[in-house]
Amino acid sequence: MTGELEVLREQAETELRKAGSEEEIQTVRTRFLGRKGLLTGLLRNIANVAPGDRPQFGKDCNEVKEALAARIDQVLAGLEASRKEQIILRERIDVTLPGRVVRHGRLHPVTQIREEICRIFAGLGFSVVEGPEIELDYYNFEALNIPKDHPARDMQDTFYVEDNIVLRTHTSPVQVRIMEKTRPPVRILSPGRVYRRDSDISHTPMFHQIEGLLVDRGITFGDLKGVLTVFLRQMFGKDTALRFRPSFFPFTEPSAEVDIRCVMCRGKGCRVCGQSGWLEILGSGMVDPAVFENVGYDPEEFTGFAFGLGLERIAMLKFGISDIRLFFENDLRFLEQF
Amino acid sequence: MQVSLKWLKDYLDLDVTPEELAERLTMAGLEVDSLRSIEPAFSGVRVARIVSLRPHPQADQLSLCQVDVGNATFPVVCGAKNIRIGDIVPLAQVGAILPSGDVIRSVRIRGELSEGMLCSEEELGIGSDTSGIMILPADLPLGKELEGALDLYDAVLDIGVTPNRSDCLSILGVAREAAAIMGKKLRYPPVCVTENDEEIRGITSVSIEDADLCPRYTARVIKNVRIGPSPFWMRRRLEAVGLRSINNIVDVTNFVMMELGQPLHAFDFRFLEEGRIVVRRSRAGETFVSLDEKERVLRADTLMICDGVKPVAIGGVMGGLNSEIQNDTEMILLESAYFNPASIRRTARALGMGTDAAFRFERGIDPEGVIRALDRAAGLMAELSGGTVCRGVIDQYPRIVPSSKDIPLRLGRIRDVLGVAVEEADVVRILENLEMTVERAGKGCFRVTPPTCRVDIEREIDLIEEIVRLHGYDRVPATLPAVSVIAEVAEGKRVVEVRIREILTGVGYQEVINYSFVSPDAAAQLGFPEMDERRLYVRIKNPLTEEQAVMRTTMVQSLLCNARRNADVGCFDLKIFETGRTFMRQGEGKLPREHNRAALLITGRRYEDRWHFQDLQADFYDLKGCVENILNALRIDVPVFRKDVTEPFLHPGKSCGVFAGDTQIGFLGEVHPEVLTRMGLTGIIAVCELDLDLIAERFSTKVSFQNLPRFPLSSRDVAFLVRREIEAAEMLRSATDSVEELLEKVQIFDVYEGKNIPAGMKSLGLRFSYRGADRTLTDDEVNRVHARIVQKIVHASGASIR
Repeated sequence: MTGELEVLREQAETELRKAGSEEEIQTVRTRFLGRKGLLTGLLRNIANVAPGDRPQFGKDCNEVKEALAARIDQVLAGLEASRKEQIILRERIDVTLPGRVVRHGRLHPVTQIREEICRIFAGLGFSVVEGPEIELDYYNFEALNIPKDHPARDMQDTFYVEDNIVLRTHTSPVQVRIMEKTRPPVRILSPGRVYRRDSDISHTPMFHQIEGLLVDRGITFGDLKGVLTVFLRQMFGKDTALRFRPSFFPFTEPSAEVDIRCVMCRGKGCRVCGQSGWLEILGSGMVDPAVFENVGYDPEEFTGFAFGLGLERIAMLKFGISDIRLFFENDLRFLEQF
Repeated sequence: MQVSLKWLKDYLDLDVTPEELAERLTMAGLEVDSLRSIEPAFSGVRVARIVSLRPHPQADQLSLCQVDVGNATFPVVCGAKNIRIGDIVPLAQVGAILPSGDVIRSVRIRGELSEGMLCSEEELGIGSDTSGIMILPADLPLGKELEGALDLYDAVLDIGVTPNRSDCLSILGVAREAAAIMGKKLRYPPVCVTENDEEIRGITSVSIEDADLCPRYTARVIKNVRIGPSPFWMRRRLEAVGLRSINNIVDVTNFVMMELGQPLHAFDFRFLEEGRIVVRRSRAGETFVSLDEKERVLRADTLMICDGVKPVAIGGVMGGLNSEIQNDTEMILLESAYFNPASIRRTARALGMGTDAAFRFERGIDPEGVIRALDRAAGLMAELSGGTVCRGVIDQYPRIVPSSKDIPLRLGRIRDVLGVAVEEADVVRILENLEMTVERAGKGCFRVTPPTCRVDIEREIDLIEEIVRLHGYDRVPATLPAVSVIAEVAEGKRVVEVRIREILTGVGYQEVINYSFVSPDAAAQLGFPEMDERRLYVRIKNPLTEEQAVMRTTMVQSLLCNARRNADVGCFDLKIFETGRTFMRQGEGKLPREHNRAALLITGRRYEDRWHFQDLQADFYDLKGCVENILNALRIDVPVFRKDVTEPFLHPGKSCGVFAGDTQIGFLGEVHPEVLTRMGLTGIIAVCELDLDLIAERFSTKVSFQNLPRFPLSSRDVAFLVRREIEAAEMLRSATDSVEELLEKVQIFDVYEGKNIPAGMKSLGLRFSYRGADRTLTDDEVNRVHARIVQKIVHASGASIR
């Protein structure tokens, strides 16, 4: 009887090996394990076994049956796995086709520069404020120590709305407006559009400036140098060489023009820096006592510094743009590059 | 201001290279914009003497000469008529190269050997005289190279003098500055006038009627002058600094102006009627022909220099044609005056005459340098023209021009402003090098008097600037301020603007920046009705072009222009936005109202031209979605889109007003086809403009967290058949207005018209979602509530259920 069991087991094993499809395997399962299956039949014939051998026979039969069932499941699982694998292997896409892009837009290069500067100064505790773009002559000029009929007005060619109302030529009037309504300490940054009557490859009648002002007790020219050095090194790289050069602005004294080493030629001299190796980046200075008097601050008690820079100029240097007019043509082929 | 280095060296000894001088001046505040060297453009030209001269046997117009260069003589054929035996002349020897590029060769001219060429100034490129061979000074060594013999090398610094430094609008002024920077001694030019016996007062007089405009007028008279060309050295000087040589008298006035900074004017005395000078204001509308032969119409306030009868010069700006120096002028009245700077500036601007003289007067000349310049020029005129100077000076000085005296200076204040102390000895040295008088006035205090030419120095801070400027900005250590802590306050408008920019760039909008000024035609282009306040443009009085003559009252037109420009270069798919201001006129004397706005435009395909998407045309709903996105992000309470409020430039059926509650915060819509046609645009273009100030007043950053729902959602879909004109919002409102608390939300999942729907009707599919806060709802519960709501909608809208 045991021999018979062994024969059946081997037979099942052989048939299972031959079975290639799920269907054939199921046939094997039915043939051996089904209700009328060969193994089941063998077990049903237990009466023919000597009574003393019956427990052993039953146990052997069940073992073979379980082993066979497990074996069949295994073969089936293997078959399923290889079927899935076949399917996956057949599935192919062209990964070189472009992705499904919903493209993000970009900020105008001038805005990018403005935000970068605002971020740097926010870290130094400066708040962003704004003022009118159409200004009274008083705020744009007189309060800034630029009287009528003064040659300093030549520095900025002005658009007039009325005799007394101008398109602001710089962001500096915001200084005065803020100081008029706050007491020190003042630490502000004022970006915005400004207007000058000028148009060529390096001038547009409208452009952008950022004005900065810090007023408190004990602010010195050394502090001006320190803060602007921190700023310019963050803006142009920590090894940027810079120099402070005496200059003239009616509303600051002493005044300083700040130059950085030319970013194009690294100081060797090129077309961009006019062979000087230096680039004028910003104007600055200690707030003139006359301006403090105009806003009711005591110049003996408070000192401070102000600075201003043109955003287009910085953007031109950072991005290597040679014609300022491109900023305002709003050609997508230009704007998409930033 | 152009400065010849050679000229500068007349007044101080320089032992630095031109480059180093430029650097030192720049770092002291006289910015050198460029440095140009002057070099002769010839080679092989030597000093020679004519030893013999005879006519050419074969040609009437030519002569044969022998010229001696010291160690040899050469035969030269020459065509010029002005040479004599014994003249010292420039000889371009065989092999010499002239500025024209010509190389001198040994040639035979009509059979006679010529080994070189005698040259004129013009042929050598060192002057404009073409009248004949250049006759050199007799003391030049024979055979010496001409460039060395005449010292034709120079360097010219172009200095950008800031408006405060009128004292540096002269070579002497720059020399004074250079001397102070380098600790050198300044040498003043010699002033020597030899006077004749004729007293000036017997010849002429000056009367000033308007002393407020002319505080000081001085004059001298020079007789028996002979007008002719200036000597070579003076012409070289003037040309080096960019001035044209005219004649020996006019050149002296220009020379002295460049040297000392005092503008001068020479009148031909013959033409001064009554032989006297009257200084007065013009009468309005008076006309006058200036030296440049242009007729000028004068404003009432113009200061005129007149003779006994008529104007002869626009004071401080330009002389008149009627009293100009001529070739036969013999007697000169020389003017040296101080004019009111503001008055000169007004006149020069009104007449558009930014002359060298006006430039200096309006910045303020040295009121005490007037006589020195007068004497210097008179002396030079006598020397160069053979004239004699009449005895005495007329000096009318009715109103003293104040000069700063005894300015207090505290060492402590220097430290307070700079953050670093400057040694007392250094302070005194710097100020004295600048020719200031420094007196001690107690411990750490001084009284300082600047020279009268430094009109920019009036206060302590002006002195501090001088000190740190010459001490060196680089010697002030950079420090970081010890500042009080103040909270950074971000303005609401800025928060809103930053957020909108984030959202818009995130969904594919490109930022643009347009000029704030537009053409006044914009109003007509957009079809603003007559009464529309957006026609109330702020007008610029002096625009660059009419296209930029008014400040915009909406940004839509700018964006449409951008669409046009991009379409012109083949780009029809556009999502752009701008944040900026619009300007509304407020009446005479008042500042306009400025509004912060954001404007958006979308046109063309919704997605990029890629293989994934069909050509989906963007329209109203793309832009509306974008606006909803923004209002949602800014938590604007109750955004409402109302079709009853629209804009003349928008499609009346495809546009709406954007509201926050009852307040209109913007508009949105497809552009009116008529407007598109007028602007040369095609396709669907949707635009929107939002008022950032109104949004800034309403936005919120407050978040109040809601617990996540714990029980499942149950949905019911219904398709309603309604009249076409029923708005979706109305249908939704009937549902959401009901006080059914189990209804969580209603969404539109389908809008359909066409096949199977009766004409004039549309199918609107709504999905109702229900949820219980404390339990899972049963079907029965949901069905009961749902039926009530649907019934209500049907009742309110007249809809039927499909």
